[in-house]
Amino acid sequence: MSIDTRPASPKQRATPGASRRGRPVRRRRSLGNPVAGIGSLIWLVIVLVPLYTLVSASLMRQDEALNGDPLAIPTDPTLDNYDFVLDSGFLALIGNTAIVAVATVAIVLVLSVPVAYVAVRTRSRLSSLAFRTFLLGVAIPAQAVIVPLYLIIGRMGLYDTLWAIILPTAAFAMPVAVLVLSGTMRDVSEEMYEAMSLDGASPVRMLWQLAVPLSRAGISTVAIFSALQAWNGFLFPLILTQSEEQRVLTLGLFNFMSQFGVNIPAVLAAIVLSVIPIFAVYLVARRALINGLMGVGGK
Amino acid sequence: MSHHTPVAKRHGDGKAAVGNVGRPPVAWAVPGILFFAVFAIFPLVIAVYLSFCEWDGLDSPAFTGLDNWTRLFKDSEFGQAAWLSLLLTTISWVFQTPVALLLGVWAAGRQRSRALLSAIFFIPLLLSTTAIAMLFRALLDPNFGVIQTIGPWLGIDPGVMGSSTGALLVVAFVGGWQFMPFHTLIYQGGARQIPEVLYQAASIDGAGMVRQFFHITLPQLRHTITTSSVLMIVGSLTYFDTVLIMTKGGPGTDTTILPYLMYRTGFQTYDLGYAAAIATALVFVATSISLIMVRLSGFGSMRSTREGM
Repeated sequence: MSIDTRPASPKQRATPGASRRGRPVRRRRSLGNPVAGIGSLIWLVIVLVPLYTLVSASLMRQDEALNGDPLAIPTDPTLDNYDFVLDSGFLALIGNTAIVAVATVAIVLVLSVPVAYVAVRTRSRLSSLAFRTFLLGVAIPAQAVIVPLYLIIGRMGLYDTLWAIILPTAAFAMPVAVLVLSGTMRDVSEEMYEAMSLDGASPVRMLWQLAVPLSRAGISTVAIFSALQAWNGFLFPLILTQSEEQRVLTLGLFNFMSQFGVNIPAVLAAIVLSVIPIFAVYLVARRALINGLMGVGGK
Repeated sequence: MSHHTPVAKRHGDGKAAVGNVGRPPVAWAVPGILFFAVFAIFPLVIAVYLSFCEWDGLDSPAFTGLDNWTRLFKDSEFGQAAWLSLLLTTISWVFQTPVALLLGVWAAGRQRSRALLSAIFFIPLLLSTTAIAMLFRALLDPNFGVIQTIGPWLGIDPGVMGSSTGALLVVAFVGGWQFMPFHTLIYQGGARQIPEVLYQAASIDGAGMVRQFFHITLPQLRHTITTSSVLMIVGSLTYFDTVLIMTKGGPGTDTTILPYLMYRTGFQTYDLGYAAAIATALVFVATSISLIMVRLSGFGSMRSTREGM
C-alpha cells in the first residue's frame, strides 16, 4: 500500500463522506459489516469473559470464589492471593525467565540479521537455499525434535541449565526472524546501496549504517516476537531442565497448579502476575508486534 | 527451482556498473545457518535415527532396526492418537477459519471501534499456552468454575471435561481462543492488500456486498487462506501444552493426541526410541501437509512485509 502524501484540497476535505485521502469512502469498508460486526461483538464477549474472571476471581478470598457466583464482582477484594504467590518464590521465576528472554533475543538478532542480509543482497544459490530452509523451518514442530534435543543437550553437558532452554528457543525463533528481517531489508532500495558503494563503503558499513537502521521496524518486531516465545515457552523447560533453581515462569505456574490444589484464586493470581511483564511490553510496542505478525502471513 | 527464489530474480539482471561491489560475503550467513542446523535440522535427522533404536535415556541408544516401526503400525494406541490428532486438526480448522476470515476482513476496515476491539482481541496471544490452559481448567472446574453458571445457559454440561467428545471439543476451543487473533491478523493483512479498484469496478457493475465478498474478497485471499491453514494445521497437530495441563490425555485416552502420546512414551515411561518413531511420524505428517500447501500457494515467494502496513 503506497502512502499518499498529497494534502487533501479544502474542497475535498469539506465533502461529507470523503475519506482522508479525498476519495469517496471505500465501498468495501462496509462490506460484510453487518455479519462480521455482530460476529466481532460475540467474539469480544468470548475473549473478555475468561479474562474478566481471571482478574476478578484472583481478587477473591478462597471461600467467596468457591461458594459465590464466579461472575460477580468481588464483594471484598483482597490482594492476599498476590502476596501468597509472591512469597512462594515467584520473583526467582521471573528472574530466570528474564535471563532466558534477553539471551534468546540477543542470539536471535546476532545470528538472523546477517542471514537475512545475505539472503537479500546476494544472488548465490547457497543463500537462496538457506533462505528456503528457514522458510520450511517455520513448520518444524518443537515436539518433533524434543527427543533428539534431550540427547544433544545432555551430550553437551547443558541439561538442567538455562542454556538448555535458551539455545533451542533461539533456534526455533530464527525462521520467523529471518522471514521478517529479509522482508524489511528487501525494502531498502538498490540505489542507496549503489550510492554507498560509489562512496567506497565496505559491506560491513553498508549493513551497519544502511540496512540495519532502515530495518529498525523489523528488528524490533523480531526482538519482541522472540522475547514472547522465550517468555511463554513450555516444552523446552519441561523436558530440558529439572531442578528448582532453573525453573522458569511457565513451569513454575504449572507447578503452582498442583501445589496449591484447590486454591484457585491463588493460581489465577499467579497467572495474572505472569502476564503483567508481557502486557507492559505490549502497551509500549503494540504497533511493531502487530505489524510484524501481520507481515508474516499477509501475503 | 529458480522460480521459487525471489532473491535470485531480484538481482538477476547483474548490471556491470555495480556488480558484486559491496555485496556481503555469503560466509556471514554461516553462523546462523549452523546454529539453526544444530538445534533444529540436525535433530530431525537424529530423530529418524533414534526411531530405529531402543533407548532408555541413560545408556547409549541401541540400534534395533525396524522394531519400533513394526510396533507402531500394530499399536492401537498410536492409531487412536493419530485419529484424534486428525479430528482435532479438522475441528480446529473448520471452527477457526471462517471466524478468523470474517473478523480479519472486518478488522481491515476503517470503523472507529476497530482499533480498540482489535487491541482486545489480541490479548490472548500474549498469554502463554500454560496460562491459558490453566485459566480454562479453572473456568471449567465442576466445583468452582464459571461453567456452573454459564454452562446450563449455553446448553453445556458443567461436567464437559469428563466426557470424551466434550474434552476434545474444549481443547479445540481453547486452542482457537488462543490463536484466533493471530489468524485474524493474517487475514487483516491480506484483506488490506486487495486492490481497491476491484471493489470499485464491482460496485459500478452493481454487485452487492455478498457477491463482492464471494467473487473478490475470497478469491483474492486464497494465498492468505493457505498460509493461515498451514500454520493452523501444524499448530493444532501440536497442541501439547493444552492437553498436558487440561486433560492429561483423558478422560481415559480420549484426548491423547500424537504429541501427548510421544511425551508420555518418551518422558514418563522412558521408551525414547519408540517416542522418536512417534515424533518422526508426526513430523512426516506435518511437513507433508505444509509442503503440499506451500507448493499450492507459492508461500516461498514472499514479498516485502512493508506493503501490508
